[in-house]
Amino acid sequence: MAEIFNKTEGLTDKQFHYCPGCTHGIIHRLVGEVLVELGVLGKTVGVAPVGCSVLAYDYFNCDMHEAAHGRAPAVATGIKRILPENVVFTYQGDGDLASIGTAEIIHAAHRGEKFTTIFVNNAIYGMTGGQMAPTTLIGQKATTAPYGRQQATAGMPLRMSEMLATIDGAVFVERVSVHNVAAIRKAKKAIKKAFEVQIEGKGFGIVEVLSTCPTNWGISPVDSLKWLEENMIPYYPLGNFRTPEEGK
Amino acid sequence: MAKRQGRVIFEENRCKGCELCTTVCPVNIVKMNKTKINVKGYHPATVDEMEKCIACANCATICPDVVIKVETVEE
Amino acid sequence: MAKVLMKGNEAIGAAAIKAGCKYFFGYPITPQNELPEFMSRELPKIGGAFVQAESEVAAINMIYGGAGTGARVMTSSSSPGIALKQEGISYIAGAELPCVIVNISRGGPGLGGIQPSQADYFMSTRGGGNGDYRHLCYAPATLQEAVDLTIEAFDVADQYRTPVIVIGDGMIGQMMEPVEFNEPTKRNLPEKTWATTGTEGKRKPNIINSLALDPAELEKHNIKLDNKYKEIEANETRYEMYKTEDAEIVFVAYGTTSRIVKNTIEALRAEGIKAGLIRPITLWPFPNKAFTEIPAAKALLTVEMSMGQMIDDVKIANEGRLPIHFYGRSGGMIPSPEEIGNKAKEVLGGVK
Repeated sequence: MAEIFNKTEGLTDKQFHYCPGCTHGIIHRLVGEVLVELGVLGKTVGVAPVGCSVLAYDYFNCDMHEAAHGRAPAVATGIKRILPENVVFTYQGDGDLASIGTAEIIHAAHRGEKFTTIFVNNAIYGMTGGQMAPTTLIGQKATTAPYGRQQATAGMPLRMSEMLATIDGAVFVERVSVHNVAAIRKAKKAIKKAFEVQIEGKGFGIVEVLSTCPTNWGISPVDSLKWLEENMIPYYPLGNFRTPEEGK
Repeated sequence: MAKRQGRVIFEENRCKGCELCTTVCPVNIVKMNKTKINVKGYHPATVDEMEKCIACANCATICPDVVIKVETVEE
Repeated sequence: MAKVLMKGNEAIGAAAIKAGCKYFFGYPITPQNELPEFMSRELPKIGGAFVQAESEVAAINMIYGGAGTGARVMTSSSSPGIALKQEGISYIAGAELPCVIVNISRGGPGLGGIQPSQADYFMSTRGGGNGDYRHLCYAPATLQEAVDLTIEAFDVADQYRTPVIVIGDGMIGQMMEPVEFNEPTKRNLPEKTWATTGTEGKRKPNIINSLALDPAELEKHNIKLDNKYKEIEANETRYEMYKTEDAEIVFVAYGTTSRIVKNTIEALRAEGIKAGLIRPITLWPFPNKAFTEIPAAKALLTVEMSMGQMIDDVKIANEGRLPIHFYGRSGGMIPSPEEIGNKAKEVLGGVK
């Protein structure tokens, strides 16, 4: 009898509080698995944001900080500058990173801080009940965009990966998704690469992961995966925007 | 490659009945157990025709709540 | 130990390094710029790290992260910048992390001015962040005291696991005075078993956090913090009593203003008016006891470089015993001994 798939040591036993079908759980598992597979779990320090994943400090089986809303990249900077041998990551949502924390993520990339950011983009504020986020799509309804996002009043949704890829300090920038099994496997590869870039001391790495929010989208978990594929991916194209050349 | 014989174990009380696992099984054996309610009040996912399982772990890969464990069974 | 003539901002930086602080996160703002500049020169020499953050908000959150690793960390700023750090300071107090925050304060409100001021008293003693929290607040009057209190601040922060503010007005930062760097009084400091340095697979994860969604849990935490603050009030309150034994008028002043008041006291005594001074060294905890140790006093005269903020604490400490008067200059204007002397005479009912 061989084990094919088992719960990773990278996660604690605590059950996730996430809504049914919310893909935060998948992304948490991928990060946990990668930390174990790279053999760095024991020297990892993670930083949780404010948002649905605020309780991530109970889920990752490593030392954790709970940061103020949007400030995780600054918190991670403080940690990494003092513990350069440790592996440091931030796990942030789109409200945290693309709204209140925009300055922090841009400047962490700009300084080339050697930590890894997992940026979960579900195009909405989940924890607070479905408000419009900077990543909410045109026409997508939210509790603060009851008629759907309109460019005239709320501007176009923010493409963070493309923006960060213009910053030299961001040596690894990739957007992935978890809307089907193949995409999940690709997402894990990207997350692993981002952490490897950190371990090799090359600079700042970020993986933007398109994710679902069945509860606040008002769509069933299964249909949410399809909605993501048909609506988010066209506006947020998947792929690598920046990676250190081999051998450098 | 001889078909692997797999076995899937559900930690039923972690399941939130989201049904994502039922959409990715190549042999279509992952179903929601409508005859049962777990401690959270959901119908947990289950597999009846275990013998058809090929241990591909698609179900476990897409499960957001780490409910599913997959093993291969020696014939 | 030989004295060195140094500028206040740099002396405070040197004091932090003497105390074992190797990590500084700051942002440019007058009149404290020489402090981050000094740290950017000195810390790389000792294997430390200097980061100029993108804002004071980012800087205080770098402190929050760095302090969580157990290292001694410091940031500095000036009034508007300190205002930006208030949320971060509330988080640091809630998560019980030690750190030192220096405020070389300037005129306000708003962009205000860049001259010295003491108008951050409320922000420093009441806290500008959310929730029930306090933080020790040292107010040095000389550069030597600024050095001593900065070194002490790191030990006190570690002992009580709390942020400590060192506040000097612009003069403290910009003046040059001879200073020496002495060892602080010995304290037994607890081991930082809570620090996030990586489990190494040998222990349960450490979590630095100020969130407690369960109200009963949060209340328990608030009570725990309050007990800590009571302990600090009992052990760490510091003040100077200057010629108060026979003083009929007692001034209350801190920082550089207290030095101007001391000159005034000499002048008044030369004219036969017995004057004294209560000088808070910790603004919080405020030295309430001092106000029960002035037997000859007939009136209190609070002197501040503000429109009157410490006077609230003077009224609380006074408990209605004596009449209280105020003299202040603000916006960066500095009171002169003559002005203060005239006010004292007016308070004592005309010139004797």
